[in-house]
Amino acid sequence: MLGEGIIKGMAETARNFLGSYVSEDRLTTVQYPEERLPQKEAARNFPFLLFDGKDPHIGLRCVACQICEKECPPQCIYIVKSKDKKPDYVGKPQFYPSVFDIDTSVCMSCQICVEVCPFEAIKMDTEYELSTSDRFGELLLNKDKLAKPNQYYQKIHPTEAAEVNEPPAAEKAKAGAKAKAEAEAKAKAAALPKPTVPIPAAVPAGAK
Amino acid sequence: MSVTFAIIAVLTVASAVAVMTLRNLVHCALSLMLTFVGLAALYLQLNAQFVGFAQILVYVGAVAILIVFAILLTRGVEPPEQKIFSSSSMGGLAVAVAVFAVLAATIGSSSVLNAVLQPASEVSVRQIGEQLMTRYVLPLEVVGLLLTAALIGAVIIAMRDEEGK
Amino acid sequence: MSLDQIFVFLKQVVVGWMPLQCQPLVSAILSVAAIIGVFASLFAITTVLERKGLGRIQNRYGPNRVGPCGILQPAADGIKALIKEDLVPRAADKFVHFIAPLVLVAPVFLALAVVPVGRNMVAIDMDGGVLFFFAVGAATELAVFMAGWSSRNKYSLLGAMRAIAQMISYEVPLILSAVTVIMMVGSLSTVKIVEAQAGYTGWLPDWYVFTPWGFAGFILFMIAAMAESNRSPFDLPEGESEIIAGYYIEYSGFKFALFFLGEYIGMFAVSGLGITLFLGGWHAPFAFLDWVPSYVWFFGKLLALIAGFIWVRGTLPRLRMDQLMNFAWKFMLPMALVNLFAAGVWHFMPPGVVRWAVCAGLVFGPYALLGRALFENKNITKRVYRYAE
Repeated sequence: MLGEGIIKGMAETARNFLGSYVSEDRLTTVQYPEERLPQKEAARNFPFLLFDGKDPHIGLRCVACQICEKECPPQCIYIVKSKDKKPDYVGKPQFYPSVFDIDTSVCMSCQICVEVCPFEAIKMDTEYELSTSDRFGELLLNKDKLAKPNQYYQKIHPTEAAEVNEPPAAEKAKAGAKAKAEAEAKAKAAALPKPTVPIPAAVPAGAK
Repeated sequence: MSVTFAIIAVLTVASAVAVMTLRNLVHCALSLMLTFVGLAALYLQLNAQFVGFAQILVYVGAVAILIVFAILLTRGVEPPEQKIFSSSSMGGLAVAVAVFAVLAATIGSSSVLNAVLQPASEVSVRQIGEQLMTRYVLPLEVVGLLLTAALIGAVIIAMRDEEGK
Repeated sequence: MSLDQIFVFLKQVVVGWMPLQCQPLVSAILSVAAIIGVFASLFAITTVLERKGLGRIQNRYGPNRVGPCGILQPAADGIKALIKEDLVPRAADKFVHFIAPLVLVAPVFLALAVVPVGRNMVAIDMDGGVLFFFAVGAATELAVFMAGWSSRNKYSLLGAMRAIAQMISYEVPLILSAVTVIMMVGSLSTVKIVEAQAGYTGWLPDWYVFTPWGFAGFILFMIAAMAESNRSPFDLPEGESEIIAGYYIEYSGFKFALFFLGEYIGMFAVSGLGITLFLGGWHAPFAFLDWVPSYVWFFGKLLALIAGFIWVRGTLPRLRMDQLMNFAWKFMLPMALVNLFAAGVWHFMPPGVVRWAVCAGLVFGPYALLGRALFENKNITKRVYRYAE
């Protein structure tokens, strides 16, 4: 009958109007400067450098291998390798980047630098409130601004951090198991009676 | 001859003169509407409420819009550049003065000017309605028939235009 | 001197202070000032209520930054309109361009002079009040044409012509549904029309909206009123997303605010007339609520009608021009004539249930038949696409 659709439409509108006072999904506005929508797990904006521990200079994972600089499509990363080595978080002397600049006005957030880094040293940040009034000074982030602790990484990407940090643990466990197995094999070989022909001891044992 | 009558009369005559002398056609139409409003004000001053408001409703609301549509749909938006006074303006002026003289002489020598002015009686709409339905019902029906014929003619002309295309 | 008559009493007191010669003048000035003050503030409140109402219907907040819950938004809008640069196109007709907003606003305020806002509270008690209202409403169309033509803009002119065609088409059902009430009351005076709806039969008030012809007439009147003030879903002439702003596209700043004001005050005026004709004016809906002042009831009903306008605006999509015209001439005009006939039958039958049933059938039957006849041939099926081979 004529007018039926209009009445149904008006009932739906009235339901929207009254429902917007009581239920959440009939009023979906997030009033921006006061409230913010939580970001998804895999959100990414610009990269940052990871450091373990408390001191960004000592714990920086980056060893200035410059792979990310070569792989970056718009070439927004600028690295200058240091001349000397410094001990890293586990004590081993490594190179470190004396200058590490990312130009965020050029970066296109493609995440290639993260994918190619062999040391899990550069990850994607989710920080988006980066507007400044100085394009050349403020948008060029240097090493101090880029370095953020591992706890921050675990906070913004929990599942990714768990995956990333676990394989080293698994590898360490695997490496430990392999070392244990080799030690056992050597002990067994030593316990066996020596053969008459002397075996050249040029084959190096697995464990040093 | 009250002040109100003088003001309304001057306004009406001035806008009527403007209708004839303005260059831009749409300005002429707007001045014509002002003339109609002046006429309606004169009716209202004579306490003829129904006629006054009907004048505004019919003339300003419908006839003026008709004129405006006619201008717009036929002429376009540019103001036409024509001479206002035609070449035979002297002859026209002579004819106008002659007609005015004849009319003035007739009215002046009649008894209308010497009649005693009575205040206009309050005519309510109810009385108009009763008269229309009893004494003047035949003219009312004839006017209705005329308007219906005009409406049907307009629809037929519009339809034939479309089919002719 | 009761709460109901307090404004009448105040006006008499103030007029009594004046010397005798200028008493009529002062009385008129006070009425005019009161009308302009009250309805202009109602306009300000309506703009913010409409934006918040539309926002809630559309799952968002309305304006909520200026003042608590955005109530002071009209002040911000007013300041913006006043300080904006007033652009007049170089090729525009300066005199007509300047006068058009004035020719729009003056008649709609004039029309508010015959609407009775409360008991004994009408600016002018005219014998031909309703006729005056419609005559003055016809002058608004002139302002639309002047605005559209003087801007020398094709879109503006197109919008103006569509607006005038729409307004003229919808004036006919508007006046016909009002004529039904005038016929039943027997007078054109708004005060007498309100007085004729004064009684109560049992629980229900004697308003005309509770009769079958009055109900149909009210709905026709409100639809035609929505079309007369160019309001959604009939706002094609000023469609914000289509013809940009139609006939007032070349207006900026305060003149635009005047057009906006004129449109809204026109909406209030025609709603006020609808309340007077069909909803019993300033009468209370139940007899035991008589102690509430009459102007409270009038403005309550006016706010309810405005809420209805906002609700319909948030619900319906815009009508296309040919759909609009078809609706006016093929549906509303026959329905208005049928309504007139049903009102006549109501007048001559003795009161009772039979009268109710017969008139309801007389109104509802043609409605259903017309609806079916006009809108059943449209094959609304799934759209079939043809692709090139």
